Amino acid sequence: MTKLLILLVLVLAILAVAQLARVYELTSKLRGKREEDISPSDNRMNATLWLVFMVVYYAFFIWLIWAYADKMLPVAASAHGEEIDALMNFNWAIILLVFFVTSTLLFWFASKYAYRADRKAYYYAHNNKLELVWTVVPASFLAVIIIYGLRTWQDITGPAAPEALQVELYAKQFDWTARYPGDDGMLGATDFRLIDGENPLGIVTKERIAIRLAALAAEKAELDSLLQHAILPDAKAEGLRDRIAAIERQAGRIVNLRTLMEQDIAEKGEASAYMHGADDVVTKEFHLPLRKEVLLLIRSRDVIHSAYIPHLRTQMNAVPGMTTTFKMVPTISTDSMRTITGNETFEYILLCNKICGASHYNMQMPLVVEDQGAYDAWYAQARSKPFQAPPMAAAPPPPAPADSTAAPADSSAATAALKP
Amino acid sequence: MGSVATAPHAHAGHAQHHHEESFVSKYIFSQDHKMISKQFLITAIIMAVIGFVMSLLFRLQLAWPGESFALSEFLLGSKWAPKGVLDPNMYMGLVTIHGTIMVFFVLTAGLSGTFSNLLIPLQVGARDMASGFLNMLSYWLFFLSSVLMLASLFVEGGPASSGWTVYPPLSALPQAMPGSGAGMTIWLVSMAIFIASSLLGSLNYVVTVLNLRTKGMKMTRMPLTVWAFFATAVVGLLSFPVLLSAALLLLMDRSLGTSFYLSDIHVAGEALDHVGGSPLLFQHLFWFLGHPEVYIVLLPALGITSEVIATNARKPIFGYRAMIGSILTIGFLSFLVWAHHMFISGMNPFLGSVFVFTTLLIAIPSAVKVFNYLTTLWRGNLVMTPAMLFSIGLVASFIAGGLTGIILADSALDIQVHDTYFVVAHFHVVMGVSAIFGMFAGVYHWFPKMYGRMMNTKLGYVHFWLTFVAAFGVFLPMHFVGLAGAPRRYYSYTEFPMFDGVVDLNVLITLFAILGGLAQLLFLYNFFYSVFRGPQAVQNPWRGNTLEWTTPVEHIHGNWPGAIPTVHRWPYDYSKPGREEDFVPQTVPLEHGEAEEHG
Repeated sequence: MTKLLILLVLVLAILAVAQLARVYELTSKLRGKREEDISPSDNRMNATLWLVFMVVYYAFFIWLIWAYADKMLPVAASAHGEEIDALMNFNWAIILLVFFVTSTLLFWFASKYAYRADRKAYYYAHNNKLELVWTVVPASFLAVIIIYGLRTWQDITGPAAPEALQVELYAKQFDWTARYPGDDGMLGATDFRLIDGENPLGIVTKERIAIRLAALAAEKAELDSLLQHAILPDAKAEGLRDRIAAIERQAGRIVNLRTLMEQDIAEKGEASAYMHGADDVVTKEFHLPLRKEVLLLIRSRDVIHSAYIPHLRTQMNAVPGMTTTFKMVPTISTDSMRTITGNETFEYILLCNKICGASHYNMQMPLVVEDQGAYDAWYAQARSKPFQAPPMAAAPPPPAPADSTAAPADSSAATAALKP
Repeated sequence: MGSVATAPHAHAGHAQHHHEESFVSKYIFSQDHKMISKQFLITAIIMAVIGFVMSLLFRLQLAWPGESFALSEFLLGSKWAPKGVLDPNMYMGLVTIHGTIMVFFVLTAGLSGTFSNLLIPLQVGARDMASGFLNMLSYWLFFLSSVLMLASLFVEGGPASSGWTVYPPLSALPQAMPGSGAGMTIWLVSMAIFIASSLLGSLNYVVTVLNLRTKGMKMTRMPLTVWAFFATAVVGLLSFPVLLSAALLLLMDRSLGTSFYLSDIHVAGEALDHVGGSPLLFQHLFWFLGHPEVYIVLLPALGITSEVIATNARKPIFGYRAMIGSILTIGFLSFLVWAHHMFISGMNPFLGSVFVFTTLLIAIPSAVKVFNYLTTLWRGNLVMTPAMLFSIGLVASFIAGGLTGIILADSALDIQVHDTYFVVAHFHVVMGVSAIFGMFAGVYHWFPKMYGRMMNTKLGYVHFWLTFVAAFGVFLPMHFVGLAGAPRRYYSYTEFPMFDGVVDLNVLITLFAILGGLAQLLFLYNFFYSVFRGPQAVQNPWRGNTLEWTTPVEHIHGNWPGAIPTVHRWPYDYSKPGREEDFVPQTVPLEHGEAEEHG
């Protein structure tokens, strides 16, 4: 109600201003003044307003810095993050200098040279030396910025050390899953066709292939019998046949995958990527050891997501169909950060930073950075317990609740295909 | 009207047909560039109002998440704002359509369509566009695409909701979000039609500038507005077709089962057949238009500003040739910077390095422009028309927004601020505020030419100062929200204690946005009141040099009643020493021994 009143007052205020303008218009018409003639007092008023604006603008800016400096991100909690912060500060120094100099000149000129009838503007059309100056000076500043920036970028994106800990971050609407290697220190191969409730990341093993093929065969048998025994409208029967064809295509591709896997294992033996999946640790918790290089392998199941850990200055998109990487070394543990920020409940957060659907704004996973001992203890415990799929991801995962208007709402893919 | 239209063409060998035009051919299917320009402007104003109201609706949600607003339910209905609380899906839809409308329908078609159409023939001395028919077609395709885009708000599942960049797979999979259903299809069709409209317009502008200049109008005597429109049209011609192809491939992925952008997808409990495509391909194609698009929006605004500043500073634009050079350099470089939107997309980091370099290069011609504006103002005699205020305001926002671009162009820094509110603040300042200020400057300055009447100056002042304050009040704090790490396109931040420190800024921002919205009511009132009731304009109210001020106040078909005037000098002879008046129109011959200045 108060909001409505405020709105009403504002609308009335505008009407009042408009009416004042009308009155002004009529009186100036009486005085024989033309609209395009800007009066000396108008010029003076605007000249003053430019300066007033400048002062308020700078004051607002400085107030924002003063009031919110400690609410920005705290110190970087990763090795490369410290480099980014240094580069950022360097850039800000240059930018703020240029900003204040050029903006001040602009508002000062706008104010100082307001129109006066007794003065004539200075006819000054060009000066190639000046043009050269303000081409070369920005260019040299930029050269420094570019070189410094690219060196940092190369450090960050260079190859990870071979002994770096590999951790997979797996995104789907609307949660994250982490995967850690087992004793072999390597993550196993994956395939999206093997995804089911027990294998949310589609890790490839002989057993998983067999289970998936059996599930597809069972589904196909059920549909076959439905086709044979039930009396269905043409459209439905057509849908069933399409679905059966899709199942056959998928099963065929999984059989191909099995052949590839067998060949690869025959060739490479234990080194084959297909031999490393069985002992992988899949978990809904995300822990990293302190001061150890980590190579994040980032993947997505459905749409593009982005793995963003603001405090660690880490961000990389998760793109379906490819694995992206980001290497880093966490340097401040969660506990230390709690001391630094003075916040007992502080948590590092991995959040999604690429628009991914209705619940994009709540796709997060806490990250715990801890010393090696605590990490090892957590890892041993995570390993010992089998993957607990959260209730939402029960097999096969139903679409997100908000999708119900467009997506097939049934959890069974077979009946989804039957929908008219 | 009919009688003056009988004036013979200066260069065409046939006489003008003498006939009274019907209402339909004069006001609806008009082929006259001045009428088409007004049609573009009015359509763009309507679209801008819709786009602005959308932004207010989602700003309300951001400031007071989960609170009920009768306004939201009134405008969106109980399906999308049950009990007055904005639905998360509709939030995404509003963000998406707000971006689409503002970038394409207001700042591309609205800005270029209005001012290229109005000013190119008038300023180069042509009777009309090269093809009046294509010009009419261009407007009506734009109109059709606008209607379609608005219609997409009403389909089942809501409008396209995957952001104005419509990245697949999200935009390709109706299973992934309701907005990727029919709404997305209409979005793509609407954009395809929009692109056709834009291409027809651009083609016309380029041909008109190259072929229909009047006698004496050398390329180096053209006003900077025309140079900017010309460069914009060339950039548009070369980049929009790429977006069209991106959109068509996306349509095929959506409905024909192709896999240009899709691979290895398991969605809604089902593994899809698509294999071998790449979502990155779409991003490359999209930003190959998407980045030049920033300059398609910005260059006309800068051109308008150059003209308005020189006229009202009563002083030649400083460095005319350098200004042309920077326009052309920006136009060229705009094609080499697109992948700076993709530093963390999974693209090869080395490629990222290349784009850091090219992106930061573009700061050089931008800096040249700013310094030239400053020098033009220096020791000028500035007449504070509302158009002048908006032009100076444009330079202020161009400085602020351009500088933060340096952060985003630096790939290493982009890791931290990519897709946060810092980006939103940056591009709104540098292309949103700057371009809309350019558009306002253009409307205030050429309103007498468009409607033969004057807008109210006092209301213009109030409009400018409120808008100026509101613009910085909205976007300055927004940088801080971004530096705190807050991601864009979040429905709310309530689930993240880490952003608690800056959420009160969201309230401040929304209050300033409301102020900015109210200020626009003054403009709308002033505009529509003045169209019908404003004081009569004189032929050359701002005492300008360019050719459009030699045409009669009352619009006539063919622009000049007699022969097209001949041009003898560049357009910026303001306050030339030895002259009584402080301006010398382009049609005035050089005096004996007078040297022609050429910046």
